[in-house]
Amino acid sequence: MGRKILFVTTDQQRYDTLGCNGGILSRTPVVDGLAAQGIRYERALPQSVVCMPSRATMITGQHPSTHGVWMNGVPLPVDAPSVAATLHEAGYRTALVGKAHFEPYFDAFGRFLENTLSRVGTTPPDGTHRGFEHLELATHGVMGNLHYARWIRENHPEMVGQFYATVDADLQVNAAGGGDTGAPQVKVNQVPREWYHTDWVADRTIAWLDSLGADEDWFCWMSFPDPHHPWDPPQSEMGRVNWRDVDLPAGYPESASEREALLDAKPRHWRLWYEGSLVSNYEAPPAWVPATLTPDQVREVNARNAVEVELIDEALGRVLRAISARGWDEDLDVIFTTDHGELQGDFGLLFKGPYHVDALMRLPLIWRPAPSAAVAPAVVSRPVGLVDLAPTFCAIAGVATPSTFEGTALPTDPRSERDPVLTEWDSALFGVDVHLRTITHGDLVCTTYLPGTVHDGSEGELYSLADDPLQRENRFDDRSLRARRDELVDEMRALRPPETSPRRPLIAPV
Amino acid sequence: MSATRGSVRHYLRVRAPAARIWPYIGDPTRLPEWFPGITECVVEGMQRTITTEMGLSMVETLLTNDPLQHRFQYRITSGIFREHLSTLDVLDLGDGTSVVEYSCDADPAPLALMIAGGALDGLRALQRLVEEE
Repeated sequence: MGRKILFVTTDQQRYDTLGCNGGILSRTPVVDGLAAQGIRYERALPQSVVCMPSRATMITGQHPSTHGVWMNGVPLPVDAPSVAATLHEAGYRTALVGKAHFEPYFDAFGRFLENTLSRVGTTPPDGTHRGFEHLELATHGVMGNLHYARWIRENHPEMVGQFYATVDADLQVNAAGGGDTGAPQVKVNQVPREWYHTDWVADRTIAWLDSLGADEDWFCWMSFPDPHHPWDPPQSEMGRVNWRDVDLPAGYPESASEREALLDAKPRHWRLWYEGSLVSNYEAPPAWVPATLTPDQVREVNARNAVEVELIDEALGRVLRAISARGWDEDLDVIFTTDHGELQGDFGLLFKGPYHVDALMRLPLIWRPAPSAAVAPAVVSRPVGLVDLAPTFCAIAGVATPSTFEGTALPTDPRSERDPVLTEWDSALFGVDVHLRTITHGDLVCTTYLPGTVHDGSEGELYSLADDPLQRENRFDDRSLRARRDELVDEMRALRPPETSPRRPLIAPV
Repeated sequence: MSATRGSVRHYLRVRAPAARIWPYIGDPTRLPEWFPGITECVVEGMQRTITTEMGLSMVETLLTNDPLQHRFQYRITSGIFREHLSTLDVLDLGDGTSVVEYSCDADPAPLALMIAGGALDGLRALQRLVEEE
């Protein structure tokens, strides 16, 4: 009997939303407890700051330029490498419960199994899909044909209208505001907590685990759709955090002139999006202008986000108790992370986009190794990437890491030497393209830009995380750092895997 | 140009002259043979109604069916489209191969991506169908 793996992901969660990472708004005793018993990573980075490419990295162990999912709306090929398939072939039982998003949601012709499986059940027609023998899927709300949406429609149809409509009548990300402040993607939701997708994901995970034999090894990816917008947690839980008591985040400059000065020191697309004159990607509402964001809206979004984070923590606690009841504690590895962050007020912005700063890049990552492995608790400060997850799962399971994987198993020793971490952004949507290449090496984050709609290829960003933790001062053109900057750029070019060519086609907005 | 309008184009090369490809496109009833995810296709005069795997029904007006230029155009007139025009062109390269191109213009813009994305699978299926004949 080997080690069991519970892989817990959230969606769009900032590093600083966990108590163990210094967060004070939400209470996260379960994750904090795992961190205390395991390894807490202080600089975990995604290889892309949007969902589909980042999730494709988690499952393939590859950078976006290799797996080819270069932006949302590009499906990961069904035969792409999958750590779930590797584990399944090694005898592991495998499940994915919650948000997958390796395939586009906008699927009028029903081409993708993620969107059609709920009609027939939870077992893929071919036995497995990407290595998972059981898929029970959910996303943000009740639109579409995933299992959770179908479950709500069939069992609680009166609740359908309670959820925020994530897209508007034009199929664009909805800009409609709600709550007390009119913040975008906010809605009062009267759905009972036990019917909300966070608890549903935990319920379905427990049900799958209950179906397994006591001696079976398993890999379960429990993937919560929250705290990604919309911010519409059950209203019954909103008393946990009063938004009026929420302090503005350190990254939110309250003065408009200060905000604008900070944005103007960065490449042009920052300011252009802020003032609503350039929408470069699908992930934020095109009808919403960030410059209209008010301090109270930032407070309310952060309060709602904190409630969602707490519900996830409690749901995870419930799953861990169910696992404990099965007697699997000693051999259980838990890895908790997210796919990317959320601006959540930093620089006066919300949502996400081509912005390689901590809000989107610094991720929560906790690994509680199985107690039977006797790994000493530690805090690892050196940069690691989500590309390292798949090799880590292989190492836990004691199976050889496929040669297609590009990462390295996560370190448990804070002194371990690590390669720098790469992150990339590409988007090309309706005539607007943006391309970023970033290296994080120690305390330095260096981003270069390729030519695009508003960039000529000479732009860049360079931040010293030690001196400037909020990334306010762009030192890309600082003469005193030029030699180091050029070294980082050379290092990034040397480390980057070759790009998939030709680029896989974009076939849906998301 | 409208800010809410999208224009998307996909194309691929098929190892066959246009004359072998065109019958699949020029006969509007043959769409389900090569366009995946279409469960029903009814043609009445210049109107085609399709039903997709996801249960969506789309009513189309057939606009152009030119066997000399190898051009086929249609508009989707149902649903949330404010405007739609899809164009299929088969360009014979004269060396026994052709380029088949599908372009889609739509308002709202996301629909252009979605329809053309589905059509790209159709082009791939058409390529296999013709090349394996």
